[in-house]
Amino acid sequence: MTAQSPIKAFRRKLDLRNGRVDMSHGSGGRASADLVAQIFRDAFANEWLDQGNDQASLPLPAGQRLVMTTDGYVVSPLFFPGGDIGSLAVHGTINDIAMAGARPLYLSASFIVEEGFPLGDLDRIARSMGAASRAAGVPVVTGDTKVVERGKADGVFISTAGVGVVPEGIALSGDRARPGDAVILSGSIGDHGVAIMSSRENLEFETAVLSDSAALHGLVAAMVAAAGPSLRTMRDPTRGGLAATLNELAHQSGVGFRIDEEAVPVRAEVAAACELLGLDPLYVANEGKLVAVVAPEAAERILGVMRAHPLGRDAALIGTVVADERRFVQMTTSFGGGRIVDWLSGEQLPRIC
Amino acid sequence: MKYVDEYRDGALARSLSAAIAAEARPDRTYAFMEFCGGHTHAISRYGIEDLLPANVRMIHGPGCPVCVLPIGRIDDAIRLAMRPEVTLCTYGDLMRVPASRNGSLLKAKAAGADIRMVYSSLDAVRIAEANPDRQVVFFAIGFETTTPPTAIALKAAEAKGLANFTIFCNHVLTPVAMRAILETPAAAGEPPIAVEGFVGPAHVSTIIGTEPYRIFAQHYGKPVVIAGFEPLDVMQAILMLIRQVNEGRSEVENQYIRAVTTPGNLAAQRLTEDIFELRDAFEWRGLGIMPKSALKLRDAYASFDAEVRFAVETQPAADNPACECGAILRGWKKPADCRLFGTTCTPETPMGACMVSSEGACAAHWTYGRFRAHEKTSTAPVRRAS
Repeated sequence: MTAQSPIKAFRRKLDLRNGRVDMSHGSGGRASADLVAQIFRDAFANEWLDQGNDQASLPLPAGQRLVMTTDGYVVSPLFFPGGDIGSLAVHGTINDIAMAGARPLYLSASFIVEEGFPLGDLDRIARSMGAASRAAGVPVVTGDTKVVERGKADGVFISTAGVGVVPEGIALSGDRARPGDAVILSGSIGDHGVAIMSSRENLEFETAVLSDSAALHGLVAAMVAAAGPSLRTMRDPTRGGLAATLNELAHQSGVGFRIDEEAVPVRAEVAAACELLGLDPLYVANEGKLVAVVAPEAAERILGVMRAHPLGRDAALIGTVVADERRFVQMTTSFGGGRIVDWLSGEQLPRIC
Repeated sequence: MKYVDEYRDGALARSLSAAIAAEARPDRTYAFMEFCGGHTHAISRYGIEDLLPANVRMIHGPGCPVCVLPIGRIDDAIRLAMRPEVTLCTYGDLMRVPASRNGSLLKAKAAGADIRMVYSSLDAVRIAEANPDRQVVFFAIGFETTTPPTAIALKAAEAKGLANFTIFCNHVLTPVAMRAILETPAAAGEPPIAVEGFVGPAHVSTIIGTEPYRIFAQHYGKPVVIAGFEPLDVMQAILMLIRQVNEGRSEVENQYIRAVTTPGNLAAQRLTEDIFELRDAFEWRGLGIMPKSALKLRDAYASFDAEVRFAVETQPAADNPACECGAILRGWKKPADCRLFGTTCTPETPMGACMVSSEGACAAHWTYGRFRAHEKTSTAPVRRAS
């Protein structure tokens, strides 16, 4: 170790207006340090990140179970109505933790940045991520940055991890749905997917639809407090939409679902956009909704608590769990007939999150 | 959603369902073919089968352009796309259609071919304009509805003087296929063809009008009711067909008066006539080779013809011999009668025409209706929650 220089180290300010990420920003040298200090440390500022080590040293509440998740974000475009890749990464990771009935504590974020990416855009993404994390009360405590040559990535990819703790007596799992259970959806479906599609380069259309991207741990905490032991399982219907989530749960629990199409909330603008694009809202991604399977006797109470929360205002009872060894998700259509709601076949829309 | 919800109203559906049940004579059966995949999709998606009496049977016809495109033409498209100088523009639903040797456009793209999904034929023209050093080929498929947009793309490319834009033309004709279904004799051991009337095409008819269907009513004695793609349209058309059968009439009726006129879209017809001419013969997947059933570019537009520029020579490629699509498309068999259905042949791994697109008869049954295969045909709709 050399003695600290009496002369203050010269720090060149990043040119956030016109500057671009170049290979030196990923080299581990001065440019890397400047990038981390001026963009990420600033945006995420918290006591653990400020420790400045290669790892964050964290206190853990005693006597609770730890949950951990990891997630990658490759959404295109990076900025979309109602959010951007930064806020989406925070919300998505928090939601994966929260679906266990857990309280999210800490996040990590790893950035893979393409050479030539505007520094201003990176700064905007980091600030949005920081704001989302502060609003949620879940800090980004450690991170990493890599730069790859032009053409080897598409702007920015973000990988996250999240940890949280589950209160005692709460044991949610996808294999716990039982015939007779009630199925609750926290609000309207398809908003995120339609918002992304409306801003895709080759598909631009005018719509007022914003992504529903939001952190759901507050809503979940209210549900857990009201009826924790009655919650069988929760899942956020992201890629593949409500249809994929219900099919996953049907398979995991070895049951069937009966859903009432009329009870599933879909915004008129979303329905119209789906109509135009030939999509079924049941398969369109969400980033701020959850599906809860709950004991039937607790359904009304849980629904009441959800509707009292801003992110669950439109919560609805959409169906029930039934015994079915074929594990079909069946739906009464608004038209009065019956149909299966199958797994999505193929890709409806790539890079939605 | 205004102007859409009105055509999906559950209360109106119940009253139409009651009218159909009251007018369908219990002493006989009715078998109608909905030609178009759009109708098949509506029937499956909204569970219309649950609203029809057991003696009214719908046969799902071949009116899905992705389904009836023969494998050999997908192979051609892949070969075109694999050429280093070519950018192939295609509608998204063709990407996953299986080609020979386990290939597909999706796999070709992964292997490095420059394949772009477009939502409009004009997107392909824009790509050609923006990439003058690339040979941009538009993979044109579809019935009479999508032919005019292809023609407009050609005209746009011509007006812009684009020398790097060509069309790989696979447009096919509806009335020819309907006739083939009626004229194909039942194979040995098969029951005779069952179609007693047609739910006629919606969008196709907005272009070609009602006149081309007259031959089916007059010569073949099969009623045709042109119907929209909304579920109430389909139910009303079924009621109109039952009435024609009961009264011994066979006429062309137009249920879809909000969009279809008797002469059709004359401007679109003129444009199509100017640019395209009949092929001598064309293969339809599941139906075989049919004379004068498809279009190609006229010689005057040969410079826009990908088949000319790249000397395309289509090689025939056979379906799995166990595939029953031919019999299913003609109404001789139902999807569940095929031993490939739901075993080796699913929407993820389609073996035949009826499974390759969600509008195909087998895919629609698998995706929306397979719970019925295990239950009695008169399954009551699932009970409403709450």
